[in-house]
Amino acid sequence: MLNYIKLIALALVTLFALIAANYARDLAYLVHAILVAVIAGGLFIYTLRGTGTKKVAPQDEYLDSVVRVGVILTAFWAVVGFLVGVTIAYQLAFPQLNFEWAQGYLNFGRLRPLHTSAVIFAFGGTGLITTSFYVVQRTSAARLWGGNLAWFVFWGYQLFILLAATGYVLGATQSKEYAEPEWYVDWWLTIVWVSYLAVYLGTIMKRKEPHIYVANWFYLSFIVTVAMLHVVNNLSIPVSIFGSKSVQVFAGVQDAMTQWWYGHNAVGFFLTAGFLGMMYYFIPKQAERPVFSYKLSIIHFWALIFIYIWAGPHHLHYTALPDWASTLGMVFSIVLWMPSWGGMINGLMTLSGAWDKLRTDPIIRMMVISVGFYGMSTFEGPMMSIRAVNSLSHYTDWTIGHVHSGALGWNGMITFGALYYLVPVLWKRERLYSLSMVSWHFWLATIGIVLYAASMWVTGIMEGLMWREVDANGFLVNAFADTVAAKFPMYVVRATGGLLYLGGAIIMAYNLYMTVRKAPAKEPLATAVPAE
Amino acid sequence: MSKKPVQKGNEVETTGHSWDGIEEYNNPLPKWWVYIFYACIVWAIGYSVAYPAWPGLKEATPGLIGFSTRGNVAADIAEQQEKLGPINAKLEAAELTAITSNPELNAYAVSAGAAVFKTWCAQCHGSGAAGAVGYPNLLDNDWLWGGDVEAIHATVSHGIRNEDDDDARFSDMPAFGDDYLEAEEIDSVVNYVMTLSGQAPNDAALVEAGAEVFEAECSACHAEDGTGDRAQGAPNLTDAIWLYGGDYATIKETVTFSRSGVMPPWSAEASEAGRLTEAQIRAVAVYVHQLGGGE
Repeated sequence: MLNYIKLIALALVTLFALIAANYARDLAYLVHAILVAVIAGGLFIYTLRGTGTKKVAPQDEYLDSVVRVGVILTAFWAVVGFLVGVTIAYQLAFPQLNFEWAQGYLNFGRLRPLHTSAVIFAFGGTGLITTSFYVVQRTSAARLWGGNLAWFVFWGYQLFILLAATGYVLGATQSKEYAEPEWYVDWWLTIVWVSYLAVYLGTIMKRKEPHIYVANWFYLSFIVTVAMLHVVNNLSIPVSIFGSKSVQVFAGVQDAMTQWWYGHNAVGFFLTAGFLGMMYYFIPKQAERPVFSYKLSIIHFWALIFIYIWAGPHHLHYTALPDWASTLGMVFSIVLWMPSWGGMINGLMTLSGAWDKLRTDPIIRMMVISVGFYGMSTFEGPMMSIRAVNSLSHYTDWTIGHVHSGALGWNGMITFGALYYLVPVLWKRERLYSLSMVSWHFWLATIGIVLYAASMWVTGIMEGLMWREVDANGFLVNAFADTVAAKFPMYVVRATGGLLYLGGAIIMAYNLYMTVRKAPAKEPLATAVPAE
Repeated sequence: MSKKPVQKGNEVETTGHSWDGIEEYNNPLPKWWVYIFYACIVWAIGYSVAYPAWPGLKEATPGLIGFSTRGNVAADIAEQQEKLGPINAKLEAAELTAITSNPELNAYAVSAGAAVFKTWCAQCHGSGAAGAVGYPNLLDNDWLWGGDVEAIHATVSHGIRNEDDDDARFSDMPAFGDDYLEAEEIDSVVNYVMTLSGQAPNDAALVEAGAEVFEAECSACHAEDGTGDRAQGAPNLTDAIWLYGGDYATIKETVTFSRSGVMPPWSAEASEAGRLTEAQIRAVAVYVHQLGGGE
């Protein structure tokens, strides 16, 4: 019966997508409509062929197949996202790389949102969904709720990535940072995200453990808050149902404030809370040590999610934003410092008593440096939110350096650690294919981050100082182009740092692939550990 | 730090829960963490009392110390205007031609003009004023509309070929490809023009025919010898300085389709935006004049 409903729905989607393609008013919309028609049509045929055959998934096992696909795609998106990042870093250093023949498709302006979305939403988001599906099952001792709904969430999210990425290259954007996808892509993500919440909550509700593990609080706060942020910041009215363009509901400074309330909490709840969930499972697992302090985890969790949500206005210091909002944004950012560091303390102190593993286990090393970068970024952030500091740092490369020490150092490294942990477990291998490759990855990535962050600090502070430099009469000394020219050497260093980081990720992808193919299989346990 | 050394795991109890093998110690909050957290909160309350912070129904608390970013900007601008007001007035009152011979005004105008140039002009003319294709180089002594301070002042004030200012400088070379000239005639005149600046023509056989076309069609503006006419903004074709390029293909494109670069007017009267004050325009005219090619 369910199959027939599915078939009808897929047929209707295919039909409507074809009608939409017929009336499409712009290229991005046309391509997307055809894409949706092809996917829905393909699924229709696939479902039709499967109708009648009964496939019953074993309910006494964890749903790990979706996690396995997730691990593969996380590694894939890592390489893709970093590759685009390295490309645009070199485009900034050498503008000739914005090739004439690729204008309007592959120039910096089109590729930049592709890079940010590929790393945050494709690599980070897929990593979060994947690890959260794994962690919630293990710490709840329950199979994912909702049957194949988890698969819908997973592939639905991948479709979102595909629509977003192709949209950028073809010029469909609502020009809001980290919220570039246009209205129909936003609608789709909303459906997927609500399903994600349902799967997650459903699994927690049928858990066999008496308490909810701390990692799940963080994952849940990430899912709930991102849903709210996404819906509010993307409130817009389509110009036409058959076109990609839409008009924002908010205007002027209200729109700016909504955007940075969203933008800041995308960092707070996507890149901080979500990844803290990852950290809280994989660090104690890999270290085989208890978490340092239960009390600290409670206090810093509630402090973090309560305070983070107010800190957005620090992105709009010295703009049309009223002073009071700017003050509050700054004040909350500084109070946020210790709640953020609670996660760092719990991560690092969990390793006390296992410090010797730093010498022998490159995965632990990766996790430790990740938490280290987390601590550094969450100190740097509040510092940069101080109005006086911000007047120097705002609009400069310092900001870029700050985000990347967080993204490459914290988000990247903790995800790599999780992937290295997961692959042997999920494919039932005794160990990774090569630990020395993990070491290589670790050092390439670490040196890459250092080159990246240091060069951006230098050029950021330099250009901030050059912009404000005045002569004895109070006249500006430097033209904007002078500051651009002065940054060239640091831009080359930055791109090189990115290249090293990309190299590390490629080594990881190869290592993981070889682990699945070549590493010795683990002896099956005499008694399987069932979920239910 | 907590009194109990954490390293000896046995001394601290866990909470007794276990998730997939993960346990949690019942360690107290690190004292330094708690104290810094409290200190931040205390500071935050103090800061938000001193500065505008808490929104009410109609307006926010203004803060005790009277801080306002807008107020700060206004004060900075007022201070700057007070400081520079007298010399700006002097600059506006002076005869245009007399500015460069007055050391005080000249020095001031050059430094003020440099800032104006770097803010408003560098986008097209380059931060070093060397120009780009379609945007004149201001360092050389080749001037389309004249290179003394008065001429530069007029160009900056009113701009070129814009629709905002009736006094904008205006010249309009015909697009000779639009039924004016046959393709062969264009080809020949291009070859002739190349010889004017001492270049080898693309096809020497066409030069003679080109000279006739030039005399009939071009000399009215560019003069019979090709040295141009400033009154009409017609470029000198005999030097090696080209706004769009002096090679065969570029000259051919210029003759066929014409060129019509635009420069905006900068004077307050000319545009509603009123981008530059008279003192700023005078300053930038003096600055450009002293770059090397001033007349």
